[in-house]
Amino acid sequence: MIIISNAKTVDGKKLSLEIENGLISKISNEPIAGGIEANGKLVIPGLVDLHTHLREPGKEDSETVLTGSMAAAAGGYTAISAMANTNPVADTAGVVEQVFRLGKEAGLCDVNPIGAVTKGLNGEQLAEIAAMADSAAKVRIFSDDGKCVSDPLLMRRALEYVKTFNGLIAQHAQDPKLTIDSQMNEGSVSARIGLVGWPAVAEEAIIARDILLADHVSSRLHICHVTTAGGVALIKWAKDRGIQVTAEVTPHHLLLTDDLVENYDPIYKVNPPLRTEKDVWALREALATGVIDIVATDHAPHPIEDKDCEWQAAAFGMVGLETALSVVVKAMIETKLMDWQTLVKRMSTTPAEIAGYAGQGGLIEVGAPANIVLVDAAAKWQVRRDRLNSKSKNTPFDGMELPAMITDVFFNGRRTVAEGKVLNAGD
Amino acid sequence: MIKGHLLSIADLSKSDALGILATAHELAAITEGPNKKLPTLRGKTIVNLFFEDSTRTRISFETAAKRLSADVINFSAKGSSLSKGESLKDTAQTLQAMGADAVVIRHGSSGAAKRLADTKWISATVINAGDGTHEHPTQALLDAYTIKQHLKTDESDLSNLQVVIVGDILHSRVARSNVLLLTKLGAKVTLVAPPTLLPVGVESWPVEVSYNLDEVLSNCDVVMMLRIQQERMHNSFFPTEREYSRRFGLNSHRLSMLKSSAIVMHPGPMNRGLEISAESADDIKSVVIDQVKNGVSVRMAVLYELLGGVALNTEKNGDQ
Repeated sequence: MIIISNAKTVDGKKLSLEIENGLISKISNEPIAGGIEANGKLVIPGLVDLHTHLREPGKEDSETVLTGSMAAAAGGYTAISAMANTNPVADTAGVVEQVFRLGKEAGLCDVNPIGAVTKGLNGEQLAEIAAMADSAAKVRIFSDDGKCVSDPLLMRRALEYVKTFNGLIAQHAQDPKLTIDSQMNEGSVSARIGLVGWPAVAEEAIIARDILLADHVSSRLHICHVTTAGGVALIKWAKDRGIQVTAEVTPHHLLLTDDLVENYDPIYKVNPPLRTEKDVWALREALATGVIDIVATDHAPHPIEDKDCEWQAAAFGMVGLETALSVVVKAMIETKLMDWQTLVKRMSTTPAEIAGYAGQGGLIEVGAPANIVLVDAAAKWQVRRDRLNSKSKNTPFDGMELPAMITDVFFNGRRTVAEGKVLNAGD
Repeated sequence: MIKGHLLSIADLSKSDALGILATAHELAAITEGPNKKLPTLRGKTIVNLFFEDSTRTRISFETAAKRLSADVINFSAKGSSLSKGESLKDTAQTLQAMGADAVVIRHGSSGAAKRLADTKWISATVINAGDGTHEHPTQALLDAYTIKQHLKTDESDLSNLQVVIVGDILHSRVARSNVLLLTKLGAKVTLVAPPTLLPVGVESWPVEVSYNLDEVLSNCDVVMMLRIQQERMHNSFFPTEREYSRRFGLNSHRLSMLKSSAIVMHPGPMNRGLEISAESADDIKSVVIDQVKNGVSVRMAVLYELLGGVALNTEKNGDQ
């Protein structure tokens, strides 16, 4: 039995609890002797990420399911969603079951594979979506992320097809023709520093099209990593009309802007790109009001050589699992746009609902699976790339001081993080 | 005297830029004598690291370095490890190990020179000889020198001059460096191009923009034609060469619209018959050959200031 004493809920109530057989077995507002002393830390449900790149199989030098799970645990996540752009692509039941099994073996969080929409992510032919849905991994989210399902007919068919099992298509909204060779946000910074622009309209045109398609076929659409004020406006319009669309924003797009690209340091190279101050404020506002439903990390590990080079040669992407909560606190709570209750909804409850992840994102109550996190909300910490659990160190937040420190994580009742240190299954 | 690297015109103050032009002027006078060589950079090794073909710029830098008695190594992409996929970092470290004092880099990626200077790959002085579609600072310096030589011999800067830059602004590092430098020196710059060849965000530049060449010609002191690359046509930046040439080419009719004192510039290599007609290229107003000649003096000045470490007058005294 594990006892956590003297924690505090997000609405300010004292809370102590006991965990037994993976479940919360007792809750009390009085301290319980003989357990972990929480000293007034916040207790929140484990975070749920719907957008994680784990790189296994195929790019194990960047990340494995195990190291990605360690990063997830350290970041307070008890469920993550492994994107399909591995090698081989997760476009068959075999690959998704492999990733699912590796997640079970790592044992640090639920690893839910996302299936590819199209075979080999080539955008030409549907992958065996139903086979992945019926597999042991029970895939419900399908995405060609990294690439856009740009063919409108194929997108329509995919949206229709996943209705069989109430699945959803998570779209990486990027018109490929409008973004040939694109390197960064198209605007005054790209004009000055001479990098090929990635215009906001390339994202918004696809969002607009897919919203209309989702409406037409009455299916569920999820927009990955929204980055523009225009995208936010389109999603709001769709929601006002009752179209089944959900949307995510990444922590980095809530905090960083395109002027950081000025020195050509590829640590800031990410797809979709960092946008302008105006976009950042629109995204924050949308996350606060719920127009954007959730935060998703788009954790994208890359080895050193893919960032230690000139801008154009570098890979797109940033790691994000271990800094996500703190970055969201900085962008949303320190700015007073959002409170902790809403943060829990956006990073745990709602993503679990969208994906249908059982045992995740629930209330902290007796009988619930013990997927919980202790957060020292008052603490500040400095990001150190060499201290990341992820195999890759490509964080844009290196050296930055961030609020809110995750100290302890419990996954299905097992303590996976103790005082900031990840405890592997063998430990 | 400038110090460190030369990566972008944005890093230079107005007095830095004027200082380089003054140094270039003095060096030009010296090298016009029977012995063109100065001993200043004897024992220094300068590497011309060219990831893109550019015979003109490379030869210009090579000549400049040799006139200052430096040892020059030419390292080009073709037929070297660069064409075999060696990374910029590994190449830089190789040059470091060989004791390069300066690296003159031409690279297809915007920011490559800046990366070379900012990382710890190499400790040599870095000179940007053109990075992608970003900047080409020595081209702007030689253009400013040439403008001053023809139109402002008695004054320190380029104030009140009207400069028109015509062509593919979007992809032009020459345009970006010239906008920064010429406006810094007081000139008024107007960019002329079809909207497809102007960057989104150009409205934040300190320039006027026009889509109509004929409207701005009669008033300008300098018209600078940029090279149009054929591949732009295939990507629908404009429909045909003929249509581009008709609207934006400098032909003899447009040449006749210029003030008698106006000069015509082109960074080369020229597409005769496309952005500039043969008559315009060979007209008395054309200063294209002066640009090439001044390029050597300006690049000598840059190498001199960055690697010589002493002001020109001091050294001359020391030699006497």
